[in-house]
Amino acid sequence: MKRYFLGRILSNIIAIWVIITITFFLMKGLPGDPFTEEKALPPEILQSLYEHYKLNDPWYIQYGNYLKSIAKWDLGPSFKYKSRTVNDIINKGFPVSALLGLEALLLAVTFGLTLGTIAALKKNKWQDISAHLLSVLGISVPSFILAAFLQYLFAIKLDLLPVARWGTFQQSLLPALSLAALPSAFITRLTRNHLIEALNQDYIKTARSKGIGEVQIIIRHALRNSLLPTITYVGTLTANILTGSFVIEKIFGIPGLGQAFVNSIANRDYTVIMGLTVFYSVILLSLILLVDLAYGWMDPRIRLGRAPS
Amino acid sequence: MKLTWFAASLLILITLFAIFGPLLSSHSYYETNLSLKNSPPSQEFWFGTDELGRDMFTRLAWGARISLFVGIASGCGDLVIGVLWGGIAALSTPKIDNLLMRIADILYAIPYLLTVILLMVVMGSGLFPIILALTLTGWIGMARIVRGEFLQLKEQDCILATISLGASRSRILFHHLIPNTLGTIIVTVTLTIPVAIFSEAFLSFLGLGVQAPMASWGTMANDGLPALRYYPWRLFFPALFISITMLSFNLLGEGLHHAFDPKSRR
Repeated sequence: MKRYFLGRILSNIIAIWVIITITFFLMKGLPGDPFTEEKALPPEILQSLYEHYKLNDPWYIQYGNYLKSIAKWDLGPSFKYKSRTVNDIINKGFPVSALLGLEALLLAVTFGLTLGTIAALKKNKWQDISAHLLSVLGISVPSFILAAFLQYLFAIKLDLLPVARWGTFQQSLLPALSLAALPSAFITRLTRNHLIEALNQDYIKTARSKGIGEVQIIIRHALRNSLLPTITYVGTLTANILTGSFVIEKIFGIPGLGQAFVNSIANRDYTVIMGLTVFYSVILLSLILLVDLAYGWMDPRIRLGRAPS
Repeated sequence: MKLTWFAASLLILITLFAIFGPLLSSHSYYETNLSLKNSPPSQEFWFGTDELGRDMFTRLAWGARISLFVGIASGCGDLVIGVLWGGIAALSTPKIDNLLMRIADILYAIPYLLTVILLMVVMGSGLFPIILALTLTGWIGMARIVRGEFLQLKEQDCILATISLGASRSRILFHHLIPNTLGTIIVTVTLTIPVAIFSEAFLSFLGLGVQAPMASWGTMANDGLPALRYYPWRLFFPALFISITMLSFNLLGEGLHHAFDPKSRR
């Protein structure tokens, strides 16, 4: 178990190092530097700017410095807005995005579990078929299109919810719903398939023969076991919600990290792009690692790293 | 089964639209007409016009060409790299297999859209960079699936029999392993195409994809968004085309999956 943990943590650190290295060299390989776009600066000023940002050093020193500062969790300054650092941007934007993401995840889990359970219990009946169609639709309609559609229907035509901005619960509903669509579809499918499998297991027959009520059987025995495989997808789902937030925050004018990332792309603010990419990867990889570890703890059938007996 | 045929016929329709759409229309995708801007769908402009008075029908047809091209090209790219990588991993020594799959695992852990965005920022926007970026990130799934299938097949008696009959490696690969995995490979390609189409639309929506005056569905959706309140058709039609195309590919992939793998039918 311990060896497995250590191995996983090590391979995650390698993955993060690969990401940092790739972003660093990709950004270094770009023609020009952050100061070439602005109107021609006098060479002396340019030189002192280079000195200030240590751009005169050979690449391996710059690379070493970058690695060192990331290890200290200092992602550097923004090149476009000199007074802001990437850490500032993360501190300001991440809580907003995290809240929105959590709301979306909660919606997705609630919706997906309910729909998946109904579909499994009414296997091959119309409920199952419509749940299936709904999930194919959820996978096929891109979140930004769903967001625009929801905005048009509920905010512009029906005037039920605010069109955009951020701060109140009502304002978070439409963006959370648009983000939740794809994960709900995933969870619906997974829950349905695993629940159908679980309901055919012997222990369910045992429970039935003991005279336990059907509702009890589903909730306490079948659903509990069919939840486990779904949990492994939390990483993928979070990645979906995270990249989805780039466009959703843009559409709804939410001051989160996704919008900051999109803006940094539009401004070609390379240090911010680099910093946020590293940040996103660290968040995701640690989450996936946590989920894997939690999985081993929750499912006693899996004792990680021990030879199968 | 009916759904699969329905999806397939929708895809044929979209392909026909992509091929013949621009020929049917008397307008070109870049021709502007400011006196007719933002006009609603009419007999002359079947799907209306955009903020520069360009014909939406023609632009949507060009968008179909771009989307299908991006989808199929990056699907083929994934296919080549993925089958080679996964195949080499499965057929070589465990050491090389381990190394290759470790590399794939590490790359797989990085969210692909993040990598694609990064690559697009570096390479600049355009059609070719999109396809390259999508291929560079998309092959990993294919490689894993192919390796898994190959490893399973390698253990089977029919392959053992072929080896004992003295068949060469390439014969085993091309006559036994690939034909037996073909179904899975086709399904995987079919299901990566909508992901590629989505990514192109997503990138164009962020302003990183295909640039004006070229029309892609994502660019058109992005242009149509601010006008949603007054000229909803400018967003509606590109959105409809993206969704229908992705839906059809997903349904087709699912149908093929059931067709190739009878065990999966429940």
